Amino acid sequence: MAHPAYAVFEHQLVSYRRVWRGSVLSSFLLPVLFLLAMGLSVGGYVDRTGGLGVRYLDFIAPGLLASTALQVAASESTWPVYSGFHWHRMYHSMRATPVRVADMVRGHIAYVLLRVALSALGFLIVMALFGTLHSWWAPLALPVSLLVGLATAAPIFAFSALVKTEGMFAVLFRFAVVPMTLFAGVFFPVDSLPLAARALAYVSPLWHGVELTRAATLGTASAWGAWAHVGYLVAWCVAGYLLATYRFGRRLAE
Amino acid sequence: MSAAEPLITARDLVKRFGDFTAVAGIDVDVHAGEAFGFLGPNGAGKSSTMRMIGCVSAPSGGTLRILGMDPVRDGSAIRARLGVCPQQDSLDPELTVRENLTVYARYFGISRKVARQRADELIEFVQLTERAGDTVEPLSGGMKRRLTIARALVNDPAIVLLDEPTTGLDPQARHLVWERLFQLKQRGVTLVLTTHYMDEAEQLCDRLVVMDGGKIVAEGSPRQLIDRYSTREVVELRFSEATLDSYVGKLESIGERLELLPDRILLYADDGDAAVAAVGNRDLRPSSVLVRRSTLEDVFLHLTGRTLVD
Ligand SMILES: Nc1ncnc2c1ncn2[C@@H]1O[C@H](COP(=O)(O)OP(=O)(O)OP(=O)(O)O)[C@@H](O)[C@H]1O
Ligand SMILES: [Mg+2]
Repeated sequence: MAHPAYAVFEHQLVSYRRVWRGSVLSSFLLPVLFLLAMGLSVGGYVDRTGGLGVRYLDFIAPGLLASTALQVAASESTWPVYSGFHWHRMYHSMRATPVRVADMVRGHIAYVLLRVALSALGFLIVMALFGTLHSWWAPLALPVSLLVGLATAAPIFAFSALVKTEGMFAVLFRFAVVPMTLFAGVFFPVDSLPLAARALAYVSPLWHGVELTRAATLGTASAWGAWAHVGYLVAWCVAGYLLATYRFGRRLAE
Repeated sequence: MSAAEPLITARDLVKRFGDFTAVAGIDVDVHAGEAFGFLGPNGAGKSSTMRMIGCVSAPSGGTLRILGMDPVRDGSAIRARLGVCPQQDSLDPELTVRENLTVYARYFGISRKVARQRADELIEFVQLTERAGDTVEPLSGGMKRRLTIARALVNDPAIVLLDEPTTGLDPQARHLVWERLFQLKQRGVTLVLTTHYMDEAEQLCDRLVVMDGGKIVAEGSPRQLIDRYSTREVVELRFSEATLDSYVGKLESIGERLELLPDRILLYADDGDAAVAAVGNRDLRPSSVLVRRSTLEDVFLHLTGRTLVD
């Protein structure tokens, strides 16, 4: 008999079957646009100063890959989760079956990770076509994306189970997702930030993901050593998962 | 669990939300094969009770046993054998009718093949065959309700919990649902349902409790309750003047009892025609007179002083 968490995952797959074409297409199209616009055109200016030591395209591509993992994880963990409690009430329907709260969280997060994996894979292929993969370690960018996806999806699951209005998602994006995307080393090295801002970058899971991804595709060393970054991301995953399970239980007990 | 033990036993069952007590100590026994109803107005505590029985909300006090198990400790095992039609639909509007059933079946660990078979049978049972491949979103309220009932049957449950199965449906859709529930009952499925429609309770329930303010105020078969708390017949009087109060004194001692409603006066009497004659003798001229049999509505009115559907 299949595990109940797998049934939850399967439910999401049945929904995804309706939209997968569009979503797969955009997971190739978006990186192409990003790399053309940011990497090549902005890069044209940046590379003239030569301050980075590598081509701007090569610098920014792994950053954008990690930030794509964050974007996909965040959008799949906000409204869909909120809807499960308040609109479509999917979690309430599961609650009436043998499925347990932990199964709901695991099954749904597994699906979010699948979406992250598909987007990351598309991104990596485009990166290869743009000639931005410079190391045999590059394929490791894929598991790193999953790690970034889980480290952000899990706490956002908890957040989405906690909030009572969807307006709170605007707050989440404005104060967490967007600042992370801008200041966690995706577009420029955090060394150029004032100390306080840099500290915030260090706290964010994205910066660690960017460091690891960049190390993988460029074959360079990461700021704190790979295991420190991995450990930090795993801590977010574990804490986020525990919090999400707790919040789901609370929300469904009402 | 012995054969005679009730499938559901509640003793002094309580549900509190903060300081507010939604269910204030109720005793209930539901036996195998029975159709058992909770009848009551908005806020009576019906859904709160159903959710405790459905093992999705923990009791705040008292004891509850379902299928011989403890709902807090064995919730998952109990839920595996329940079918639940919640008050608020929770279908996946983006999936098709059939997918809603197969996806839900998988939550019970049912194989894909069996899930597809079950889905087709149940779709037929609730007469949605023509819409089987359509997404749920545009279906009418009645169709969604039928699908929710079909979904509750997907695991071949020992007990089916139906929280207001027909609220918001048009008469035709309601009758179809009643027909299907009656068929289930005849197959020996134990039904527990809530409603605030007395005709629904009379049609479907072998036994019911009337709830008001979190308490059980009466219990029995529909017939027993009517016999115990009402007269055989009721006379409904309407007068053209707006002030009905003035008639209360004038109607004194006709029949056994009188209820003053905003738009009419009800006279409770075993012989309705005799009561009508007595009204005529007093030279009162009602604008309309209706003699009818007592229903659960009258029982409820008598027990709580309020009408059921407001
Ligand atoms: N989660 C909750 N938190 C706080 N109060 C609640 C909660 N659920 C129900 N209540 C309150 O408990 C009381 C009983 O609610 P319940 O839903 O059980 O009534 P009901 O008999 O099902 O009514 P209806 O016919 O309207 O469905 C109501 O006053 C309701 O406001
Ligand atoms: Mg209710």
